[in-house]
Amino acid sequence: MTATTLALAETLTERPRQGRPPRRVRRTLMAWSFALPFVVLFLVFGAGPVLASLAFSFSDLRARDVRSPFSVNFVGLENYIDIFSDATFVRAIGNTIYFVVIGIPLTMALGLLVAVGLNAGINKLKGVFRVSYFAPFVTSIIAVAVVWRYLYQEDGLLNALLGVVGIPGPDWLNDPAWAMPALIIMAVWRNIGLPMVIFLAGLQNIPKELYEAGEVDGARGFTAFRTITLPLLRPTTLVVAVLLSIGYLQFFEEPFVMTNGGPLDATVSIGLYAYEQFGFGNYGVASAASYVLVIFIVALGLLQFRLFRSRT
Amino acid sequence: MAALIVAGATQPTRRRAPIRVSRLVTYGVLIVGAVLMLLPFIWMLLGSFKDNAEIIANSTAWLPQVWTFENYARLIGGLNFTTAFANSVIVAGACVLGNLVFCSMAGYALAKIDFAGRNALFVLVLGMLMIPAIATFVPLFVLVTNLGLSNSLPGMILPYLVTPLGVFLMRQFIGELPDSLLEAARLDGAGEWRIFAQIVLPLSKPPLATLAILTFLAQWNNFLWPLVVAQTEDRYTLPVALALYSVGQNGTNYGLLLAGAVIVVVPILALFLFLQRQFIEGVASTGIK
Repeated sequence: MTATTLALAETLTERPRQGRPPRRVRRTLMAWSFALPFVVLFLVFGAGPVLASLAFSFSDLRARDVRSPFSVNFVGLENYIDIFSDATFVRAIGNTIYFVVIGIPLTMALGLLVAVGLNAGINKLKGVFRVSYFAPFVTSIIAVAVVWRYLYQEDGLLNALLGVVGIPGPDWLNDPAWAMPALIIMAVWRNIGLPMVIFLAGLQNIPKELYEAGEVDGARGFTAFRTITLPLLRPTTLVVAVLLSIGYLQFFEEPFVMTNGGPLDATVSIGLYAYEQFGFGNYGVASAASYVLVIFIVALGLLQFRLFRSRT
Repeated sequence: MAALIVAGATQPTRRRAPIRVSRLVTYGVLIVGAVLMLLPFIWMLLGSFKDNAEIIANSTAWLPQVWTFENYARLIGGLNFTTAFANSVIVAGACVLGNLVFCSMAGYALAKIDFAGRNALFVLVLGMLMIPAIATFVPLFVLVTNLGLSNSLPGMILPYLVTPLGVFLMRQFIGELPDSLLEAARLDGAGEWRIFAQIVLPLSKPPLATLAILTFLAQWNNFLWPLVVAQTEDRYTLPVALALYSVGQNGTNYGLLLAGAVIVVVPILALFLFLQRQFIEGVASTGIK
């Protein structure tokens, strides 16, 4: 707000005229009156808390201080040192990276596969396919997690289906080695619709003539896909990767419902860790943990900002 | 996989039409995939009509042996899912309204009025686009508590009444409207408010629809913040109620939980089927959940 006041003052001194205020000042006042409700709510409930969260992360704020948040002590990096020396938090970072690094390429590859299929001159059922693959993306992760927790039981439907093809399924959610893969499979299922629709739009922008020209040079089928489609989809791929990363980095609801971070911390995530610290009343520690996540996301946000700028 | 094998087996007999074979394979793979996508929903729906004894006795059967509405009756009667449903509708509805009104106003100013502080505001909006709820829930909780709004619906709504995404979306669209249109109205003596209400808003129906859908979707499924704010059952939204029942004493009552999942999922799926184009294009244009 101070920047705005300064700018306003500048325009005021710029054109000292008598009578009605100069046009630029009137315009600025008018614009701010349009933006005012948004700006107030946005500063109080959006931008302000981002800074407050950073400040909290350097303080010893606890649940009992909730009525007097300004009376807490500055503790420097203590909260950060605490969480990074907590094996559970280090595990949470590892799990979050595991979820992102395995989950995203899988989601993108399958989404691309479906998009290529839908783009391959299919006319019948195209709408049905689009709706089927996209539907999970609009549903609540909580509801989906409740359903999948049941599917993943040792004697559940998934293992029964695997049994049909002779594979003995694990006790997915109670096996430290299989709990993360189980959450990743569910996330891939739920999110496949996002890369599908964005890739489909990207594919439709590739001119048909390129494939015809490629065919003359003997590039067809997979060769054409590798030499024409994939390079031209590179910008789309980056956008999809960044968008999915932001969603996947925050993963919290899946372990909340399905595993509570277990077994043996195998599915604890940064988000879940921050929420649990909040539940214990350690607000400073919770803020520090959530800020670690912010750093991950800001790094990705900067990447996207660069992409956005280079596209326009 | 089965479809792949079947389609592959037909290949020798149709050697003359390779295009048709590859199309068959494509259809086969897409159909198998689509069935896999829909199976959990069908399973959820069928399971919600089974009583718990049946679910425990046989966790792989599809159709209920005895169809029962008992799970729904318990959710609606004893467990307050009607209140949670109403809370979800109120929170999502209020956020939709707030975003439509306030974000279109701010979006108009950012797009069409040249004013001091414009760039700073827009950069701030862009910078906040990617900040997740987890980054701010602790100070927001402290703030809302001190405002006396903890465990209340206004406390749930206020932080989401406007979103940077909403402003970004509206600014991008309104920016595309021809300046000549607005200049003509200005020359005719129309004030900015009249131009906004009578020219810009009527022309902005597509982005307003997109914004309404995205906001409703995000709020209907929102979990972390309602979970933090709600402290008593009468303040739960649907995802909060379902999640807390599923980790609480009803955690093994799968019939009941599946019925709860149906109540959370069906309204948004119905809306999606009805407005699929807007959903898909809206999400594709922003990529934000």
